Amino acid sequence: MAEPSPAPAENRRASRKAPAPWGDIVFKGSTTAFAFLVLALIGTICVVLYSKGHLAISTFGFKFLWNTAWDPVREDFGALPSIFGTVVSSLLAILIATPISIGIAVFLTEMAPPWLQKPVGLGVEMLAAVPSIIYGMWGLFIFAPIMARTVQPWLKSTLGFLPLFQGIPMGIGMLTAAIILAIMIIPFIASVSRDVFSLVPAMAKESAYGLGATTWEVIRGVVIPHTRSGLVGAVFLGLGRALGETMAVTFVIGNAHRISASLLNPSNTIASTLANEFSEATSPLYISSLIELGLILFLITTTILALAKFMLWRIEAQVKGAPR
Amino acid sequence: MGARVKKYRFLAVGLFMALASQVPWAQHPVHGGGATFPFPLYAKWAYLYKAKTGFVVNYISIGSGGGLEQISARTVDFGASEAPLPEKALEAERLVQFPMVAGAVVLAANLENLKPGELRLTGDVVARIYLGKITAWNDASIRALNPGLKLPDLPITVVQRADGSGSTWLFTHYLCMVSPEWARSVGAATSVRWPVGAGAKGSEGVSAFVKTLPGALGYVQAAYAEQSKLLTLALKNRDGTFVTPSPSAFKAAADQADWSRAPGEAALLLDLPGEGTWPITGASYVLVYRDQTESEKAAGLLSFFDWCLHDGAPVAAELGYVPLPEGAVRRVEEVWATQLKSGGKALWKPAGGPVPKVK
Repeated sequence: MAEPSPAPAENRRASRKAPAPWGDIVFKGSTTAFAFLVLALIGTICVVLYSKGHLAISTFGFKFLWNTAWDPVREDFGALPSIFGTVVSSLLAILIATPISIGIAVFLTEMAPPWLQKPVGLGVEMLAAVPSIIYGMWGLFIFAPIMARTVQPWLKSTLGFLPLFQGIPMGIGMLTAAIILAIMIIPFIASVSRDVFSLVPAMAKESAYGLGATTWEVIRGVVIPHTRSGLVGAVFLGLGRALGETMAVTFVIGNAHRISASLLNPSNTIASTLANEFSEATSPLYISSLIELGLILFLITTTILALAKFMLWRIEAQVKGAPR
Repeated sequence: MGARVKKYRFLAVGLFMALASQVPWAQHPVHGGGATFPFPLYAKWAYLYKAKTGFVVNYISIGSGGGLEQISARTVDFGASEAPLPEKALEAERLVQFPMVAGAVVLAANLENLKPGELRLTGDVVARIYLGKITAWNDASIRALNPGLKLPDLPITVVQRADGSGSTWLFTHYLCMVSPEWARSVGAATSVRWPVGAGAKGSEGVSAFVKTLPGALGYVQAAYAEQSKLLTLALKNRDGTFVTPSPSAFKAAADQADWSRAPGEAALLLDLPGEGTWPITGASYVLVYRDQTESEKAAGLLSFFDWCLHDGAPVAAELGYVPLPEGAVRRVEEVWATQLKSGGKALWKPAGGPVPKVK
């Protein structure tokens, strides 16, 4: 880059006296345009998904949502196995990740000595920076064999009477995918929870300590109630991410278009179906059905994210309105 | 200030030259797109050919579906697919189809204390395993085929390709030919509705599954089984011999195929007769436009393909593919000579080589 030639001193002074009026206008105009670009983009995605998926929508109608077949040979497509896999794997991941993440957040805000807060917090956030394909390959090559050899046989022998833990312990499948997903969303839930916890007024906590409450009682009686909706928001953010996660899940979920009660069995998610099948789908109805799957995923994640924003907005309003 | 400008000018010139050196002397780089199955080979061929002649061929592996779409939209110069297009589609799109190379799909398992080719299966047993009818390795029908072997009491973990693929196309077509039940209840395509099993992404994914899961059975491109040192199984062929997968067994299939009378040049290499013939073999096809608009570019592309079929054959064998037999290569050149035109004129001499341009 060439150096800008130094402007004469008078010139600079003049510009400070009377700022060019068009500068503000251009700035405002361009930022507004950028903001609206996002809306336009989302709108376009929606319209394109709908129009490209129209063939499938008009062919299958609402039956697409509960049809369990996915048969490219006979061109009979249904979304239910993929929707089921998407929702169940994400919910399971949330179930695993939430207590761990809240534990991390509590430790970081309430218990960790200051010299430990930074490195642990950084480490948690670093987890979010690991590319998902790394989680996928690690899951397939290292974690799945561990699951196949130790975890799943143990689950089968102890809890095998439940339909949840039956079938061949393959190492891959719903449970493995949910655990990998949980690891991937922990940093999101943990860091948002930490931020929410730090919004709790120190006065409230100090008062509770002053009354002789233990750390556990302060966390249970003051911190958690104070931040409940914020935590829900954090969990929803994690859920939104889990729903759309593609690469890591594709590696370990087993990619089978079947609904099964057992968590050891292979399953499928919308995102992994798209990743797997889009490139080699040739018939128009097949492609259109895949796009309609995308539309369904888009609607699910949009709803979840909107809910999360709403919850976060509520906690902020609550904290601001709380008496100090 | 002046020195700085000079430095930037110098940099700019350097950058320009660096970019310019990437631009080939040839005026017409050609673009192709399609199947992932032959991608490693096409990339290698293009690389070697560019080093030799400077002619640039760009091949992007976007999948057979994408390749067909691109060639229909006329955004690429050639497409590639494992599933041959039917004659009607070729006619409608004004395309010419010809095979470039063949490849085989082999069965691989994760079982202990066995040597490659020691465990024998028949097509029917494989179909019943993939239908979920046979679920354990010590099933009576597998034991009957392997009287001398001690088979473990282990469930069979069925593995398949989750993504649409040429391997699946070959494998399911083979199962349709050997098992009426498979043909009736599942059928054949680049991806199907699998009754049982887990799906892995890509040949490398299937290899990884088979390698890590005890009792797994999967089908993969021969090259991947070789690279991953998977335990391959012997399969009974049409003549009733149990064949261990090997380059010579794949070549036997390519030699057996009737390339001269195949409609749309789509010779079927599946389940062919011959004592040493591997039953799951197939060709990878290239699609080009019947009427080429730029004759020079078309001649360049054909010269490239010609080089691949002759000089490129050892490279194909090295990478685990099966070079086309002599008869098939002759047939391909015949197709070029008779079916490809530019402005109504032939592009390829029947004896081989591009038709010289008439000035």
